[in-house]
Amino acid sequence: MFGKKILAVDDVSLQVNNKEYFSLLGPSGCGKTTLLRMIAGLIEPSKGEIYIENKPVSKLPPEDRGIGFVFQTYALFPHMDVWDNVTYGPRVKAWEESKSESVGREMLEMVRLYERKDALPHELSGGMMQRVALSRALAAGGRLLLLDEPLGALDAKIRLELRYEVRRLVKDLELTAIHVTHDQGEAMAISDRIAVMKKGRILQIGTPQELYTNPKHIFVANFIGENNFLEGYVTKTSGGKVQIELRGGLAASGSDTFIKEGERVVLAVRPETFTIEKGQKRRANSLFGVVERVRYEGTNIRYEVRLENEDMVVVLRPSLMGEWFNTGDKVTVSFPSEKSYVFPYPSRGLQEELAAE
Amino acid sequence: MGEIFQDPGLMARASSAIYASFAIAFLVAFLDLIAGLPFAWFIARGKSRWLRVVDTLADLPFIIPTVTLGYSLLLFWNKSEGVSQLFDGSRPLVPEGWLLIALLHFAFSYPAVVRVIVGAILDYQVVYEEASRTLGAPPLTASRTVTLPILKSSLIAAFTLAFSRSLSETGATVMVAGAFETGVVFINNTRVQGREGPMVFVSLVLILTASLVYLAIRLLGPRFRTPVKRVWPYAERKLSDFKVIASRDSITNLVFFAIVFIPSLFIVLPVVGAVTGGTLDQAIAGIGVWQGYWQSLLLSYFVATIVTLLNVVLSLPMAVLIARKRWGSGASTALDVLSNVPLIVPSIALGASMGIFWRNFAFVPEVALIIFAHLSITYPYFVRTMVGAVERVTMDLEEASRTLGGRPFTVFRTIIIPLTKYSLFAGTIMMFARSVDETGATLAVVTQLKTVPVLLVDWVKKGAEVGATQFDIALGAGMLVLFSFVILLILRYVVRGRY
Repeated sequence: MFGKKILAVDDVSLQVNNKEYFSLLGPSGCGKTTLLRMIAGLIEPSKGEIYIENKPVSKLPPEDRGIGFVFQTYALFPHMDVWDNVTYGPRVKAWEESKSESVGREMLEMVRLYERKDALPHELSGGMMQRVALSRALAAGGRLLLLDEPLGALDAKIRLELRYEVRRLVKDLELTAIHVTHDQGEAMAISDRIAVMKKGRILQIGTPQELYTNPKHIFVANFIGENNFLEGYVTKTSGGKVQIELRGGLAASGSDTFIKEGERVVLAVRPETFTIEKGQKRRANSLFGVVERVRYEGTNIRYEVRLENEDMVVVLRPSLMGEWFNTGDKVTVSFPSEKSYVFPYPSRGLQEELAAE
Repeated sequence: MGEIFQDPGLMARASSAIYASFAIAFLVAFLDLIAGLPFAWFIARGKSRWLRVVDTLADLPFIIPTVTLGYSLLLFWNKSEGVSQLFDGSRPLVPEGWLLIALLHFAFSYPAVVRVIVGAILDYQVVYEEASRTLGAPPLTASRTVTLPILKSSLIAAFTLAFSRSLSETGATVMVAGAFETGVVFINNTRVQGREGPMVFVSLVLILTASLVYLAIRLLGPRFRTPVKRVWPYAERKLSDFKVIASRDSITNLVFFAIVFIPSLFIVLPVVGAVTGGTLDQAIAGIGVWQGYWQSLLLSYFVATIVTLLNVVLSLPMAVLIARKRWGSGASTALDVLSNVPLIVPSIALGASMGIFWRNFAFVPEVALIIFAHLSITYPYFVRTMVGAVERVTMDLEEASRTLGGRPFTVFRTIIIPLTKYSLFAGTIMMFARSVDETGATLAVVTQLKTVPVLLVDWVKKGAEVGATQFDIALGAGMLVLFSFVILLILRYVVRGRY
């Protein structure tokens, strides 16, 4: 009953706008669910204040915060049928019976489950349970919807379908939503803005596009999408451009205005920004190597290229466009410097910084 | 059995004794739930730093043998050195009879009920309650409409446990009953008088009625619905207030300490008196009544050891059979119900029927009769514990072992046993303790031999006649606790690190 104290969320400050679909994204154990539960009033923060609609709510119990919460396991009351689950909120808030009935009906129709109103939770599929949990949270009338990995327990196909349905409902009802997920694809697809978290801290907040195209932290660059990281030293800086000597004496250039000459850095290049050609082509930001593995992934072909300096880079090319390469082919991979990012080498080491836990 | 039908007075006595048994059992089980639920909630959900202490204290009456508990309560509520001296010292505050029996049964069943409910609350997924709170329900509404209905089966199990323990307890009940008769007291009185007919009649009625009540609870319990649709938001919000919860916690703690804990441990005072007053020296020297005590103590532990060993071997296969539904789910349920019968019927009634059966075989020694009786009484305790434990080992693990080449017995030895060894140990301890404590069935089958609980009942009932003083009884009862505790510690030490 009494355990060691753990700092789950540390020095977090964020503002979610009215009617915004906001996601908390991060690996397991990063504190995103703890933060969501603090907003809901299920956990009391040891320090700080939470405001909902400009009112401080830290001392308010969950039932008085005007929220709806969708749990990862749905938490549908097993002894109540779908109808009783959905109308539970209106009932415990002593709404008029006619209002409770109409809200219950409206919400169930919205998720297309009114005809299953007499079913018990265990008689429903995972997707149906998720929709009932969502309609139950919406029926309680809160303006702030909190979703804790709401799609996490579903099959991949249903998850893809439901993510858009959840966003549509939130937007149609003009609610504000905070959605917790560890799935960056899900967060990117449904969010207006995303906060990327690691070890209890928020690393960056931005729109999906901002996070993808302009990551401010090496962990964000790795967690959102995919990246190749090449270690080196800055040899020259001028006009926002940096010349970098990679391991083994290879030369490359990137964009950054804060890096100094002589500094140890990491150059990040997304696999899809590389071009790949047969043979050795000498020009800016071109690296030579040999194709070591080829994987056909449907939309893309994935090449793993061993560079001259023994570093490995991943290159993604659309499978229906351009030339295909085979294992053992000598190739040149190139990238535009404006689509690469230069980060100072992390003091704790690159792998430690990239690690999810 | 004809005697009882020809004697209307005797029949009336038997009927009111049976009625008293069920009335007290219902009352005690009901009060156990009313008082035990908030206390269990306090233990499972409270945030006080003293919670661990309270949690441990709640278990203390649980490990005291009921005869010791009975004598402690008798001294506390009834004798002049107990709580009576705070009031009118010349009269007992609680005279021997139904109220003292109810207080006794409450004291020994309350910790068990609390333990069952605490376990259920800890196992319960708090997420349902959290969901209810986020939907707008105040704490009381959330508990009433969501938590309690989900915990219903555990509450029914706790009620059944308290009910059957109250119905069955014999030794301590005989101690505190005085002239009042419950079913088991009636059986004991007629046994002492050598009137076999009335004894058998009441035993049969108790066994049948207890089984019927158990069946009714099992069948009707799940259909019992709490009113979850009606909500009184304003009243329930007020009742969820911190001050109301603090008052509830205070009252529930007061009930525990005043009615269960202090009366149960009151025996410590006369034990200290016995140690300082010279009774301990007599006991060690084996003078007077103490010669018989040591023989009885040896007999008690000998029987408990044999019974425990035999039952581990006999009941493990049954537990696996029930848990894994090897003969189909219908047969499994039937076996489960049958193996529970000794739990729900009064042990003295069971002992009486066993005694009559085995008396036809004159060559069977009396110690074997005690062992047979204890085997059947303790059997369900082990089976129940192990069924739960085996059910928690998922079939995946067994199947993984089989696909890796393990034969059924290898799977049992290398997967089931290691993963259930804590329960195996707990079940073994429970069986051993229950055997040492068992009075009813032993009373019913013995004519010469006496286990310690039987001897202590004898000392209390006959007192001066057998030459046992209050200090002798207290020390005898206290030593039973001490020796059981030491054996438990040794067992723990021996198996430490192995489970």
